[in-house]
Amino acid sequence: MKDKVKEVWNEAGGRAGQQYIGARRRITVDPITRLEGHGKIDIFLDEAGKVERAYFQVPELRGFEVFSIGRPAEDMPQITSRICGVCPMAHHMAGTKALDDLYRVEPTSAAKKVRELAYNAFMLEDHALHVYILGGPDFIVGPDAPAADRNVLGVINKVGLEVGKKVISMRRRIREFISYVSGKVVHPVFGLPGGVSRGIKPEDLPKFKELAKDGVEFALFTMQVFQDIVLKNDAYVKLITSGDYTHQTHYMGLVDEKNHPNFYDGRIRVVTPGGHEQAKFRVQEYTDFIAEHVEPWSYVKFCYLKKVGWHDFTDGPGSGVYAVAPLARLNASEGMATPQAEAAYKQYFNTFGHKPVHHTLANHYARVVEMIYAAERMQELLDDPEITSTHLRVIPTHTPSVGKGVVEAPRGTLIHHYETDDRGIITNANLIVATQNNSARMAMSVEKAAKGLIKDGRADDGLLNMVEMAFRAYDPCHACATHSLPGQMPLALRIYDHDRKLLEEIRR
Amino acid sequence: MPEKPKIAFYWCASCGGCEESVVDLAEDILMVVENVDIVFWPVAMDFKKKDVEAMPDGSITACFLNGAIRTEEQEEMAHMLRRKAKILIAYGACAHLGGIPALANQFSKEHVMEWAYDKCPTVTNPSRTRPQTSYKDNGRTATLPAFRNVVRALDQVVDVDYYIPGCAPTPALLKGAVVALLSGKLPPKGTTLAPDIALCDECPRKASKPTDVGYPEFKRPHLARIDPNLCMLAQGFVCMGPATRGGCGALCINGNMPCTGCFGPTSRVRDQGAKILSSICSSVAPKDEAGIDAVLEGIPDPVGTFYRYGLAHCLLRRKVSLNDSAEVAAK
Amino acid sequence: MPETFEPRIVAFFCNWCTYTAADLAGVSRMRYAPNVRIIRLMCSGRVDPQFILEAFARGADGVLIGGCHPNDCHYIEGNYKCLRRFRLLRRMLDDMGVEEKRCRLEWISASEGDKVKKVINEMVEQVRALGPLDLPGRFRDWDKEVAALEHAAPGASEPCDAHAHAHKEEATHA
Repeated sequence: MKDKVKEVWNEAGGRAGQQYIGARRRITVDPITRLEGHGKIDIFLDEAGKVERAYFQVPELRGFEVFSIGRPAEDMPQITSRICGVCPMAHHMAGTKALDDLYRVEPTSAAKKVRELAYNAFMLEDHALHVYILGGPDFIVGPDAPAADRNVLGVINKVGLEVGKKVISMRRRIREFISYVSGKVVHPVFGLPGGVSRGIKPEDLPKFKELAKDGVEFALFTMQVFQDIVLKNDAYVKLITSGDYTHQTHYMGLVDEKNHPNFYDGRIRVVTPGGHEQAKFRVQEYTDFIAEHVEPWSYVKFCYLKKVGWHDFTDGPGSGVYAVAPLARLNASEGMATPQAEAAYKQYFNTFGHKPVHHTLANHYARVVEMIYAAERMQELLDDPEITSTHLRVIPTHTPSVGKGVVEAPRGTLIHHYETDDRGIITNANLIVATQNNSARMAMSVEKAAKGLIKDGRADDGLLNMVEMAFRAYDPCHACATHSLPGQMPLALRIYDHDRKLLEEIRR
Repeated sequence: MPEKPKIAFYWCASCGGCEESVVDLAEDILMVVENVDIVFWPVAMDFKKKDVEAMPDGSITACFLNGAIRTEEQEEMAHMLRRKAKILIAYGACAHLGGIPALANQFSKEHVMEWAYDKCPTVTNPSRTRPQTSYKDNGRTATLPAFRNVVRALDQVVDVDYYIPGCAPTPALLKGAVVALLSGKLPPKGTTLAPDIALCDECPRKASKPTDVGYPEFKRPHLARIDPNLCMLAQGFVCMGPATRGGCGALCINGNMPCTGCFGPTSRVRDQGAKILSSICSSVAPKDEAGIDAVLEGIPDPVGTFYRYGLAHCLLRRKVSLNDSAEVAAK
Repeated sequence: MPETFEPRIVAFFCNWCTYTAADLAGVSRMRYAPNVRIIRLMCSGRVDPQFILEAFARGADGVLIGGCHPNDCHYIEGNYKCLRRFRLLRRMLDDMGVEEKRCRLEWISASEGDKVKKVINEMVEQVRALGPLDLPGRFRDWDKEVAALEHAAPGASEPCDAHAHAHKEEATHA
């Protein structure tokens, strides 16, 4: 049935192409699938059938910043986690840290470790979700594979049921651990200013240590899968390094004192396209460094570096456009904090031969490097004797007014900024949400990929999927990027002639 | 061989957490996939909407629809899936009650737009550009969907057969619903597929639930130690348990935080927020206005606390004094 | 305005005190504004906040609760419960845009027929000045934005053209 549809579509596309050459045409990719949230791509063709302009649009706006007004600040970690059900822990943690700042309270050492442990477990399983279920299928099954196979079931078919079960089981165990320590894996509850509501009992520790050990093995196994299926495939490597999927922008990530990535805490570091440190700042100063630009064709705003300035959707050191997430984090750092991850990091940069790596699709590879770090960090923290401590709370006493917190979400730097009255009731909230940092570069990626791949006005399912790949590599979370109002645009493909008459419509 | 029942999952104004709860079936998902045919699931599969549109009406056995309804596209999809599915299930708190996004019903659309594009500290927008539903750029027109003034639960837009509550629903609840569907043994239409009793009944701290309490104060959770063994209310923390349906396994309580009400009310309650307000307030200790008000200072945000997930289903539905722009009057 | 707005006020009166006072007002042939519909409950403690919200949702412009004076409740504590609920409900209604004068709690004992008259007259004028709340009308207005879709609902074989809807919103939407 699906093959028939594809056949009919290609035939109609061909007919339309013949009849309407010379007319300006528009292609809309709608919905973009296998990502969190909703996206729409409008591609305009010129007379020759080449892509003139592509708009990557996120048609959502939910209003979290506004409907947080009047809410007690201590409710914010649980309210903001509803921005995204795939990365709720990221918001929960950024919110909790913003509360620490709001109340000028330093959590206990044990509480910080419990938080960082839960957080790394989350990074591990979220990255695994993306690799195996969201973006990964593009590579594991192949971008030209039929649509019906480009999903987790297709992945299981390709790697085998045993491996498939291993992935499912690993994710389940990690998520059960997250539920144990934070209350709920979808929308955690344990974050409080000055600590956490609960911890880890000594009698439960052995099985979690076992889990972390298996987690490291699983991350290394995933790296092996990636090497075997992707890096040993010349066609894939060519795709990854192709100019169509390359941009030279600034890169941003959270780092510790040694400039190693730390997902839970650190300073925000920015490097130029050439790899030199351009800025390193505490989240409290973020408004001096990060600004948002508005375009009339998208609800999502486009972040840029304030000191460099907004110079349209362009590459290069003179443009304020920057990227976040695995590709950017590795570029913005100088090594990994744990041994196996460090080895993988070195191998990653050797593969591409230079640093920074500017190939958007390399995000998938960088993501696996980060999985290794997250798993090793889990092991380190579980081996720390303080991890079962019951000293987990400091009760705040400071009168609140402003608080800012930052974490590295799987998809990039995430900032929560709260302003309150002296009772701690929110008066204003500003959120710079991971994927939003990438929105300018994503728009550029989509346009560049569309221009490179769509010629003569022909755009079949496979080609369109490759345009979407440009976008999926960022592992975008549009529920997050547009934390402003709920909205959805299923990805639809529309071809219009010059008179804006609808010729053809394909929807997914 | 009989055809497998067709199932669809769809999301409207959703955070994706309900989708995660499906994936959290983990190994059980293989059982589900063996017994049903998933014909539509945008987060995980590349099926086309046109495929669904082409299906005969009523040919999908059950559609699990999560997320609140705020845009015209979402309304369209809700209507289409209502036609194509024999059984339409409102899955998760947003579809069931409006969810946390329904808190936006306390604010106007203009307020949201103004903050996002004019007033927030990081935006630089000297030309005061606003996103447009239709924007012309050099002969090209880019469109965005319009969103409504009001956030709605699914049953405020289409007829709903069943509800599965929770933010997010637990995999156990989903599994129970799928098993019931496959067996054909479904309760009467309109039922919420979770136990019809308050959370207190399954709460591990039930033994210390107070029967005769006079609250001298309400504590906000960040300002006091939370005893992991005692009833939250007994400790003076506001807990939605008494007015919230059970069936979640008391997850938040096990996380040592109070219940916030995500499963919604039992069948005997019309307005969950009003009910918990009634229950909690009646046990406040003082008898004089000043004393009562002082205790109630411990609940600084009754709307956010009592209607966190259910503002769309509140009897008032929305802040009644909001001034929608002229467009509503113009229609 | 062609005719004066006549507020519709729902009153929940407790049987033992306020309702009896209202009876007394009637028997004494006191004249007062006719805008109030009285609902008798055994105790002001029986007033469930759901009743108040339901009254507003069904078109009441104001809600009045009458109970026994503190210390005089027939059931000892009922009126205190009413007071405690009322104090928070009052704040919540405020957060939801319902003006303070629309919801009122008064202690009126069985012999205070004149207080019934005074309170009702006062409240009617205050609500008159505020204007109608008319929630059913407001709900209808809000729902006009989805009603448009009902009429345009396509049949099974027609694809939905969201673009046309976008155009409709275009002219007025920012």
